[in-house]
Amino acid sequence: MSVSLDTEAPLVEARGILTQFGPNIIHENLDFRVERGEIVGLVGGSGSGKSVLLNTLLGLKEPEGGIVRYFGQDRRSLQPELRQEINNQIGVLFQGGALFSSLTVRENIMVPLREHTDLPLRLMRELADMKIHMVGLPLTAATLYPSDLSGGMKKRAGLARALALDPSLLYLDEPTAGLDPIGASAFDQLILGLRDAMDLTVIMVTHDLDSLFTICDKVAVLVDKRIAINDSLLKVREYEHPWVQEYFGGPRARAAGAAGTNSIDVTGSQ
Amino acid sequence: MNSTTEIQRLDARDENSPSFSLSENNGDMRLTAKGDWTLRTVVQVNKRLKEELAHFNQENVTYDFENITAMDTAGAYVLSRAIKCATGKCFEWRLSNEDKGQSMLMQAAADARMGQLPDPGRMWYDVLVRIGRSTDRFCNELIDTLAFLGKFFIVIMRLILTRRRIRWKSVTAMIEQVGIDAAPIIMVLSFFIGAVIAYMGANLLASFGAQIFMVELVGFSVLREFAVLITAIMLAGRSDSAFTAQIGAMRMRQEIDAMTVIGMETYETLVVPRALACLVAGPILTFLAMVSGLFGGMLVAWLGPTDVSPILFLARLKDSVPIQHFWVGMIKAPFFALIIAIVGCRQGLAVTGSVESLGSRTTASVVQAIFAVITVDAMFALLFLQLGI
Repeated sequence: MSVSLDTEAPLVEARGILTQFGPNIIHENLDFRVERGEIVGLVGGSGSGKSVLLNTLLGLKEPEGGIVRYFGQDRRSLQPELRQEINNQIGVLFQGGALFSSLTVRENIMVPLREHTDLPLRLMRELADMKIHMVGLPLTAATLYPSDLSGGMKKRAGLARALALDPSLLYLDEPTAGLDPIGASAFDQLILGLRDAMDLTVIMVTHDLDSLFTICDKVAVLVDKRIAINDSLLKVREYEHPWVQEYFGGPRARAAGAAGTNSIDVTGSQ
Repeated sequence: MNSTTEIQRLDARDENSPSFSLSENNGDMRLTAKGDWTLRTVVQVNKRLKEELAHFNQENVTYDFENITAMDTAGAYVLSRAIKCATGKCFEWRLSNEDKGQSMLMQAAADARMGQLPDPGRMWYDVLVRIGRSTDRFCNELIDTLAFLGKFFIVIMRLILTRRRIRWKSVTAMIEQVGIDAAPIIMVLSFFIGAVIAYMGANLLASFGAQIFMVELVGFSVLREFAVLITAIMLAGRSDSAFTAQIGAMRMRQEIDAMTVIGMETYETLVVPRALACLVAGPILTFLAMVSGLFGGMLVAWLGPTDVSPILFLARLKDSVPIQHFWVGMIKAPFFALIIAIVGCRQGLAVTGSVESLGSRTTASVVQAIFAVITVDAMFALLFLQLGI
């Protein structure tokens, strides 16, 4: 039997996902697919199950029904080696960074390299330093422990670790939450730059309207236990649903939208 | 094997081994790279490229990426070794036949290389730094503990003098946690200690026909030392670590900051109730430990080879072990209890943001408490020796 991984297939695709905790149904008949090279923003009200969906996609939680496909293959039917190989193609930035507190930043970034490659130690260290540089941290941060870092630096260090194995798919859980506007927009630009440089596909859970307007190619809206719409921002804003209208029609969204369209004009004229 | 073929297919092509060729003409180097330059493959060429580059003295480098089939950050980094960085400034480099992603990766690699610090690699230096740091930490620890002790007594005095409310509710809750919950385990331990002493003593004393002196042996040792030490060590292992973990976790979650902002004095709300609970529970637990220790000794004396009946045991205990030995043991209990409470709370309050520090503080707390208890016990022994008690 030979299974070929379809490079044309979407990187990740969820079909008919059913998630429930006891009698509480979180997701029902949820479909979600992400095309290569996109930055998809996942939005939804608090408690709508965004994090649960993220965990389901990551395989941290098995759904009660439905399937998750990576590279066109059902996650559950994969052999362990191939599953591991696919896992190596996925980087995750958790909300608080989730850095290992007993290791320095450089050692944190070296953990995936140590586990999954047989590079010489020196090269690993150099590659970790390169990742530190790529996420915009000063090299002096390499020897610091996570407890010595500010919130923004932790996120950058977490991103560097997520990128350690050059994944093709990157999950970001509220990447700009807790950052000041300058830091948040710098982080947005960083993700845009990395997407271009490393050919990434990005799925980000976010509440940051500025991020949605400036860097997301598509916005997926999680309401009524499913992904109601997953399309470009313009189409999503026109979508007839009270929650969506309230979300994108509020004063904050209008302000972010005005700023966001301006910057789109700028890039368009280049 | 089936799975390996599948893994290779993930990239939808067979892996091409990376290779390169170098040429130089008047300082202009040309680096032609072929194949896959990725995390997985780059180890094959990393060392060779580094060695061969050492023979050249290029001033600028042109990369030819025409035959490169895949490149990631690791590949770009290894390729960027050809860009010599002298004084933080890189020599010129150009790409040919590259795509956009490759040029961005090379730029990132070159930038990273430029900012790189030289490897210090001084092992002995690290050792000295560590020794210095730990000496410094030791001194600070000592000073901080003394400062904590001083502050604690000030707070206690203020509570007594101004008759401010002591939080009895939390004191009683703590007494339950520290005292009642710990009583069974302490009594069991003390029972075994008493039994072991009786058994060992009986064997030894029997060899010169003085079995009956085992009563004195058990009485003296349990009353004066063992009961109170077992209690203190159990409290240190059980309650002291719990104090550190509770207060430390509160500190990590900023609960203590919140209390301070609301206007609750940390020492009054957290430290004093624990100290009072220990002061109450310590002597009671010590008393229970004495009773069960003597009981253990008595049981062995009766049922063991010596056959000393309980009536004889108790009569002899009453006659030949003066009551002062009981008080010697009891007087130490509140001191030990206070040491344990203070060390536990002090270490808990010293926890900083990280999980790591919570762990190391809890360890330090137990070690310091047991160390302090045994040191103070030795000082008491000297004192009683001088007083002739």
